[in-house]
Amino acid sequence: METLLFAAWDLLVGPFAEFAFMRRALVATLALSLSAAPLGVFLTLRRMSLMGDALSHAVLPGVAVGYMVAGLSLSAMALGGVLAGMLVVGLAGMVSKFTALKEDASLAALYLVALALGVTLISRHGTQLDLLHILFGSALGVDHAGLLLVAGVATVSVLALALMYRGLVLESFDPTFLSASSLLGWRGGWVWQQAFLMLVVVNLVAGFQTLGTLMAVGLMMLPAVSARLWHDTLPAQLLNASAQAMLAGVTGLLLSYHLDTPSGPTIIGCAGALYFGSLLLAPGGCLPRWWSAPHRVA
Amino acid sequence: MKMHLTHPKPVIASAARPSIAPGLPGCARNDGDETPLITLHNLTVSYRQHPALHHISGQFAPGSLTAVIGPNGSGKSTLLKSIVGLVPVAGGPSGGALTVRTPRQHIAYLPQLSEMDRGFPIDVQDCVLMGCWGRVGAFSRVSPSLLARVDAALQAVGLQGFERRPVGTLSAGQVQRVMFARILVQDAQLILLDEPFNAVDAKTTARLLALVQQWHQERRTVVAVLHDDAQVRQYFPQTLLLARELVGWGPTAEVLTDARLQRARAMAEAWDETAEVCDTDAMLARRAGATPGAVRPLRSAA
Repeated sequence: METLLFAAWDLLVGPFAEFAFMRRALVATLALSLSAAPLGVFLTLRRMSLMGDALSHAVLPGVAVGYMVAGLSLSAMALGGVLAGMLVVGLAGMVSKFTALKEDASLAALYLVALALGVTLISRHGTQLDLLHILFGSALGVDHAGLLLVAGVATVSVLALALMYRGLVLESFDPTFLSASSLLGWRGGWVWQQAFLMLVVVNLVAGFQTLGTLMAVGLMMLPAVSARLWHDTLPAQLLNASAQAMLAGVTGLLLSYHLDTPSGPTIIGCAGALYFGSLLLAPGGCLPRWWSAPHRVA
Repeated sequence: MKMHLTHPKPVIASAARPSIAPGLPGCARNDGDETPLITLHNLTVSYRQHPALHHISGQFAPGSLTAVIGPNGSGKSTLLKSIVGLVPVAGGPSGGALTVRTPRQHIAYLPQLSEMDRGFPIDVQDCVLMGCWGRVGAFSRVSPSLLARVDAALQAVGLQGFERRPVGTLSAGQVQRVMFARILVQDAQLILLDEPFNAVDAKTTARLLALVQQWHQERRTVVAVLHDDAQVRQYFPQTLLLARELVGWGPTAEVLTDARLQRARAMAEAWDETAEVCDTDAMLARRAGATPGAVRPLRSAA
C-alpha cells in the first residue's frame, strides 16, 4: 500500500518537487489557464475562434523590432508584441467601422501583412534559431522574468474581465441593443470590443513569449471550445474552460516529463484529448444526443 | 431644431411636405403647445448613393402612436435606425436634418429578430435585465427593485417560469415576448418597434398589442413598422406611409386610402443605376415654397 502511495507521489508530485523549471512551467501554465481560457470562450461566442491564431501572428513584427532594439530581452519583445497586436486590432477595428469590410476580413488582411513584415525583419536581423525560439518557445524554459510576465498579465486580465463582464456580454449578445441605448452610440459597442481584443493580445503575447505560439493559442481556444459543449450558461462555461485548461496543463507537463516529449505540444495534446472526450460525452456532444433520455409529458 | 438647409423657412414650416408629396393631410398629431419629439427635416439617407429615404419631412408628437408602413425596401427600417442613430444621417445640403429630443437612454429600439445572437448562452432573466443598462450601466449594482421590475415585466408578457431558460431554447414568438419585457424594464419615453409581430401567433400579437396600447395611454411615444393594414387601422391612430419618399403621414384613416396605397406599391424596388443625381435641395432653394412637384416624381413600376 505504502509503496503504491510512494509510486503515485513520485509519478504526480515528484517532478514538481524536484525541479524548479517544472514548478515554473506549472505556475505559468496554471496562470495562463485562468486568464486565457475565459477569453477564448468569449472569442468562440463572438464567432472569432480563429482570431487568436491570426493575432498571435500579428504580434510578430513588434517582437522582431523589440529584438532588434534590445536583443533577447523579454520585456522589450513583449512590449513590442503588445504594441504591434494593439495596432493591428485597432486598425482592423477602424477598417471595419469606416469601410464595407467586416472585422474578420480586415483582421485577416492586416495580420498577413504584419506576419510578412515580422518574418522579413527577423530573417534580416536574426538567425533562423531565433525565429524558431520566438515561434515555439518552451514551457520548460520559463525563467523568473517570464513567470512574472505571465502572472502579471493573468492577474490584470482576470480583473479586467470581471470589470468588463456585463458590457462584454451585452456587446456579444446584442450589439444593436448596446449601440442603440449607449450614450456613445455605435462607439459604445466599439469600446467594449476593442478593450476585449486588447486583453486577448496581451494574453497571447504573454503566452507566446514564455510558452510559444502553440501553447498561447491552444490553451486559449481548445478548452473554450470544449467547455461550450458542457453548459448552457456563460459563467459555467468560463469556469469549465479554465478547469479544463488547468487539467490539460498539469497532465501534459507530467506526461512530457515521464515520456520525454516536448512540453507545449503535449499540453495541447491533452487539451485536444479533453476536446475529443467532450465531443463524445458532454451534454452537447454526440453520444448523449443518440442515447437521449425518455421525454417527459410536458 | 437643427438647420442644415439654406432654403427659406416658409418651405419648412408650412408647406415642406406638400412640395415633397403633394396633398398630404397635416402634420402628425401635435398636442397644441407641445413641441414635437422627433423632427425630420428633408431627411435623406442613402446606401451607395441610392436613397433609402428621400426627402422626408414631418414630426412625431410626444405621446403619439404611429404605424410606419410601406412595401419592402421602402425605407421603414432605415427610418427607425436613423432615429436611433444606427445609420449616419448626412448633414449638409443633401442630407437634411433629424432632431430627436429624447435622450438616448430613454429610447427603446426593437430591431428585427435577425439582428440578435440567439445561440448565446444567456437566460431569459438576464436578457430582460439588460433593459436596465441605461440606468445601471456597466458597473453599478442591480437593485432588488429593478429585479422586481424584471419579474413584473415577465409576468406582463406571460413568461413567468421562464427566468432560467436559455434564450436559445425559446421559439421566435417567445423571444419577441422577452424583447417586449426588456422594453418594459427600459421604461423608455420613445419606443421604436421594427416589425414586432413577425412570426408571432394571434394570441401573442393581441397580448403585445395590448402592451402597445398601454404605452400609448401612458403617453409614451411609439413608432412601429408594420405590414398588416387591418391591424394599423384598428390600433394605430397615426400612420406614416413610405415608399422611400413620403406618400402620406397623418391620421390613419386619411393616409390609408386606396389611392395612396397604390402609389406606395408602385415604387420600383430595384436601384436605378442610371438615375441622375437628385437636385431637389437646390430646386427647393430656388423655388422657395412654390410649386408642388418640384421633386423628382416617384418612378412607376415599368
